[in-house]
Amino acid sequence: MSRAGLRTFLYGLPGVDRVGADQRAAELGTRSIKTSAKAWAIDMAISMVDLTTLEGADTPGKVAAMCAKAIHPDPSIPEVPRVAAVCVYSDLVGVAAETVRGSGVKVASVATAFPSGRAPLDAKLDDTRAAVAAGADEIDMVIDRGAFLAGDFGKVYDEIVAVKEAAGDAHLKVILETGELSTYDNVRRASWLAMVAGADFIKTSTGKIQPAATLPVTMVMLEAVRDFRAATGRQIGVKPAGGIRTSKDAIKYLVLVNEIAGEDWLSPDWFRLGASSVLNDLLMQRTKLATGRYSGPDYFTLD
Amino acid sequence: MSHTETTGTAGTGGAAGTASRLAVRKTYKLFIGGAFPRSESGRTYVVNSAKGAFLANAALASRKDVRDAVGAARKAFGGWSGRTAYNRGQILYRVAEMLEGRRAQFVEELTALGAPRAKATAEVDAAIDRWVWYAGWADKLDQVVGSANPVAGPYLNLTSHQPTGVVGVLAPPDAPLLGLVSVVAPVIVTGNTAVVVAAEDAPLPAITLAEVLATSDLPGGVVNLLTGRAAELAPWLASHMDVNAIDLTGVPDDLAATCEEAAADNLKRVLRPSPTTWTADPGLTRLLHFTELKTVWHPTAP
Repeated sequence: MSRAGLRTFLYGLPGVDRVGADQRAAELGTRSIKTSAKAWAIDMAISMVDLTTLEGADTPGKVAAMCAKAIHPDPSIPEVPRVAAVCVYSDLVGVAAETVRGSGVKVASVATAFPSGRAPLDAKLDDTRAAVAAGADEIDMVIDRGAFLAGDFGKVYDEIVAVKEAAGDAHLKVILETGELSTYDNVRRASWLAMVAGADFIKTSTGKIQPAATLPVTMVMLEAVRDFRAATGRQIGVKPAGGIRTSKDAIKYLVLVNEIAGEDWLSPDWFRLGASSVLNDLLMQRTKLATGRYSGPDYFTLD
Repeated sequence: MSHTETTGTAGTGGAAGTASRLAVRKTYKLFIGGAFPRSESGRTYVVNSAKGAFLANAALASRKDVRDAVGAARKAFGGWSGRTAYNRGQILYRVAEMLEGRRAQFVEELTALGAPRAKATAEVDAAIDRWVWYAGWADKLDQVVGSANPVAGPYLNLTSHQPTGVVGVLAPPDAPLLGLVSVVAPVIVTGNTAVVVAAEDAPLPAITLAEVLATSDLPGGVVNLLTGRAAELAPWLASHMDVNAIDLTGVPDDLAATCEEAAADNLKRVLRPSPTTWTADPGLTRLLHFTELKTVWHPTAP
């Protein structure tokens, strides 16, 4: 697609009715999910978690501890499913890959000068190659929001294509950082831009900017992947990240997935929750359902 | 009654104007995390006066309100227990000042529950005095009951009382205000945070106390007050793994044993007192029951 063609196509996408989107997402958030459906949803949500630590203070020990938790979220109850992936900075991928080897937990690495994305393209590509070489199964890249907001869609497109190539066989998640895109129309355009450029997943946020993932933004992205599959036959995953703290939040996202994109997306292969603190709340809710009494944070690991 | 009738007397404060005002009825709600939410369940129950007249609809708390209240209490624990004992004492004294300002309201509420005016006034006075008495203990408890222990070695060895954590309190059905104050104050003065279930038949003084607490510099979540049925809520508090202690004062005997068993699962401290005369000197029992001993070995200089 030519640059002019890309531009025409993205500006030709129908606009998002902001009020309507907010209302629809809020309405879906009021669904009451109880008993056996809740138990199913909690286990599904646990299996969709990308357990994440993205701090300057991350140590190999902390990453290894988090990986152990990813494999056995609640060591006392073996039936608790493992999480989908761990997500770390590229220099810690080696530690993570070593710890989760053979468990089925994937290693995702943020790359491309995460979280701002403000670095020369060569540095971003080196970052990506290093992460893949160290054993990353998935690459979480950030788009150049500056270029996107300036209307330079071609630059954003070319970067995604280049990173996709550098990532090789690793799955590519493209972070739109919706909190910086200001409108739902932009979220829809960025989603299509990323999908057309070859993303395997589109992800809302880095978690470093407020607001991070919200229900309406995720809904707009789910509509985009649904429409993209209808148009091209290719299925793309969605990952809201940041700000998902409670089981209730997580279950609202599952309702959204089912109602907007459809059942095909209700799988860790196609939907992920980028979070860390939500896992403990899911485990506490699971314990409450199993034991009939409320649990407390004292009984679960902090990281 | 029409609007035109009131306009003639508007601003004059005349009798006709007063009579034509629409009644502003109060919605009695719960007190959780410093806010006054309705019950999550949306339920209410009717509170009647001693003579059977309708007094109010009070919120009928559910187990999910218990859960939310415990969450709020846990969140508030770090800040409240981290304050200096002196500061906690100051804040509790401030509560007593606010209680003093609401004396008339408390007397009315107790009278409605059937107490003669003189007895109601005496109970309110006793409740305020009891609160001040506990407030004073904030920075004195360790000086009186803490200890410097003689040990075999060159160490300074000190034992002090630390708060237990989140305490569930089931308020007694007798003495609606004095009893409530006598079970809440000793819990929070040492730095614990509390989830209190008010007496089912006398929720109004409890909610008024919550309004006092909300305007007294007491951080939100230190005291969370639920109105409803002890028999419904006590088992959830007793089995909650994030509650560190429970005071079963207001739990009927047939339920107390079950609560004790549930409480054993996370080794809660349990207080199941014998019947108490609330006007008597309370002593330090309740203060000390919800504390943990911390002993520090300090190497002394030669």
